[in-house]
Amino acid sequence: MAFEPREPQKELKYDELRIYTDEELNNYTEEELKDFKIKHDIPDVEELEKGPWPSFVADAKREALHRRKLAEDRMLIERDVVEDLLGQLQVSFDDGETHWKHGGIVGVFGYGGGVIGRYSDLQEKFPSIAHFHTLRVNQPASKFYSTDYLRCICDLWEYRGSGLMNMHGSTGDIIFLGTFTEQLEPIFYELGHVLQQDLGGSGSNLRTPSCCIGRARCEWACFDTQDMCYELTHYYQDELHRPAFPYKFKFKFDGCPNCCVASIARADMSFIGTWRDEIRIDQEAVQAYINGEIQPNAGAHAGKDWGKFDIEKEVINLCPTQCMWMEDGKLMIDNKECTRCMHCINVMPRALRPGVDTGVSILFGAKAPILEGAQMSLLTVPFMKVEHPYDNVKELIEKVWDWWMEEGKNRERLGELIQRWGVPKFLEVIGLPPMPQMVKEPRSNPYIFWKEEDVPGGWKRTIEDYRKRHVR
Amino acid sequence: MALSTERLGLYNPDKPMENRLTDLGPRHFWQYFPPIIQKNYGKWKYHEILEPGILVHVSETGDEVFTIRCGGCRFMTVEHVREICEIADKHCDGYVRFTTRNNIEFMVDSKDKMEALKKDLMSRKHVSGSYKFPIGGTGAGVTNIVHTQGYLHCHTPATDASSMVKAVLDDLFDYFQGMTLPAQVRISMACCLNMCGAVHCSDIALLGYHRKPPVVDHEVLDAVCEIPLVIAACPTGAISPSKTEDGKKTVKIKEERCMFCGNCYTMCMAVPLSDKEGDCVTIMAGGKVSNRIHPPKFSKVVVPALPNNFPRFPEVCDAVKKIVEAYAADAKKYERIGDWAERIGWEKFFEKCGLPFSEHLIDDYRLAYDTYRTSTQFKYTDAAWEVSKAAGGID
Repeated sequence: MAFEPREPQKELKYDELRIYTDEELNNYTEEELKDFKIKHDIPDVEELEKGPWPSFVADAKREALHRRKLAEDRMLIERDVVEDLLGQLQVSFDDGETHWKHGGIVGVFGYGGGVIGRYSDLQEKFPSIAHFHTLRVNQPASKFYSTDYLRCICDLWEYRGSGLMNMHGSTGDIIFLGTFTEQLEPIFYELGHVLQQDLGGSGSNLRTPSCCIGRARCEWACFDTQDMCYELTHYYQDELHRPAFPYKFKFKFDGCPNCCVASIARADMSFIGTWRDEIRIDQEAVQAYINGEIQPNAGAHAGKDWGKFDIEKEVINLCPTQCMWMEDGKLMIDNKECTRCMHCINVMPRALRPGVDTGVSILFGAKAPILEGAQMSLLTVPFMKVEHPYDNVKELIEKVWDWWMEEGKNRERLGELIQRWGVPKFLEVIGLPPMPQMVKEPRSNPYIFWKEEDVPGGWKRTIEDYRKRHVR
Repeated sequence: MALSTERLGLYNPDKPMENRLTDLGPRHFWQYFPPIIQKNYGKWKYHEILEPGILVHVSETGDEVFTIRCGGCRFMTVEHVREICEIADKHCDGYVRFTTRNNIEFMVDSKDKMEALKKDLMSRKHVSGSYKFPIGGTGAGVTNIVHTQGYLHCHTPATDASSMVKAVLDDLFDYFQGMTLPAQVRISMACCLNMCGAVHCSDIALLGYHRKPPVVDHEVLDAVCEIPLVIAACPTGAISPSKTEDGKKTVKIKEERCMFCGNCYTMCMAVPLSDKEGDCVTIMAGGKVSNRIHPPKFSKVVVPALPNNFPRFPEVCDAVKKIVEAYAADAKKYERIGDWAERIGWEKFFEKCGLPFSEHLIDDYRLAYDTYRTSTQFKYTDAAWEVSKAAGGID
């Protein structure tokens, strides 16, 4: 199946869009790079060129040399920007403190996010990074790219910025690291008009949603993570660009309970693929695992001799609900007892597959520790069918946002609001009944906030009436 | 329309709203899928890890896609991305993918192409010797460390990120390229408690932490900050309004109530916390996000503070290695670090890892009671004998 974009996608051909010539792109030799010294003395930073892991310092020096050898008029911010950044890093090592100033309000007109202001506090020493603003560029779902697109991004960012980026930031955006204020609007215009590409979120906005690789290259994706991520990102562009929330709000889409994008730990609203029918079993493949013809766990443990695969020990006994057994040489699963933890499927991917009646579990409220401690998401909707255009999901999202925008305090994440008001209130607001699956165990204190309407006869009583029965 | 080269490009500062395009969103994903991915979308049947860093996914159509996963630095230059493009053009018909953990994935549709690609990737090194595209990060090993900006771009860090990650991964490189561990080990790094990297559910989390209360810039505080917001920002109520001798409005801080979260500094630039001696690295362990076997877990603090010893953080590397090696030697197949620690008991975790246990590791913040052990089930370790001795219970 092919997906239709919401709007026709302009085809991007690097050769038609490029800024730099091949000569400019190949303007230094390996020998020159070996002999290259940046303008600052950075002994501790250069120490990080040693060792086998890719050195970000070695990479930065390439860009520094490349900029040195470009003509003056082939970059619109200072050519020394990389050298000054490495110089400031060395000073930060020396001082044991960062040298970036606190914040700075910059942005593009009409958006309340997507640009992070940054200024050096050593501007005399490192003038080319006096301004070093970040732009967040909304990545395509699950981070596949064509080289045409990437090369265009590279030319744009080298010409109008530092040429330094993150592939990718923690939330998922492509991060452009470091440019001057003057170039923010021009970059935004180039992105929009030439590359049909928007910025991502920052501040008290919907943050750039992200998803796992999903059906593109995984056999376990229980819903179209990319499509849902794309649709909701587009549908909620206003919320993504214009701050109207108490604080940040994140959507993350995990195709199965393995949670490769950590939605359960990081998203205010976590979508996790699951199924409600039976695990599909290929009994012949089960036998092949038992006979040692197929490596368990797709070969993930091949680096060490763990002995012969033992289905009892490695699958059946590790099943958290003990809902599996062998019978007449066949693997049996009591699916109604299964909690879909994925262990058996992970161990025997060629024998076991998720069911075919799939959907998502929806959980709310995960966040990092600031401020009231870290939270993981609360299981709220056990199973929901999700099909484009996801109207049922949108309806739920908007109920949650309405409540949070009404009641949330400044910088209060959804998870904290749920804690402050209690889960029963949250359920009332979103109109869902409670279920035991929402808790690990029922409460161990009886301090129930009974409501007047819960109690026969209500709360209206008089002391006179009481005294008729009980003398003082 | 080519990318423009005029200084302000398509933007006219005299008419800033003219021709402004907004709310375009991200580009559509489908166009970036290689043909084999488009053709087999939703049809994948199973996968195998052929060797560390190399996967094959097999489709119901019989198609196979071979993926080579390479470690990448989150901080990456356009020069590096262009080299990635050169490789992708040469071997992968111009397509490439990045993972959520900053790895780079090159995909090809045949084994022959995979071998050529592998050879090419392994041959590429920086002039100073490090690999550009180390292959690994799959299965029961250590994959790439996700991290935050640190001194390269952040205004609140208590340590640096890229350097620490480089140092730790140099040390754990064999685990990245091997699959010798009981299960996968996910290491994450955040340079302050804001945890842009959300490291709180990682097998091992490295966290920059401030340890000195904020210093107040009384001269400017009232001019640059909203005092009520600064006061409200403090989770322990340690900040209250105050006045300077010459009558300027400011705040005062009850230092013994500070738990160094830095939330006040996020709200107000006039209360900085960073300090060369105070700032340190905290190590947490035993968290995970997967629902496999056991539910997701938070990471627990196992080393309260190690020095910011730039650029290679030997103490941090040493502690991480101790944890990984003790886990590798002792855990059962499929057990994550947290599962292992819970099975053997946290007292044994500290013993086996050779990590000291100090009072800092006993929770005394909210909900601390949830972590108290209220049973007689424990194991004897040296730490237990020390307590018995101190209590006069044994000689």
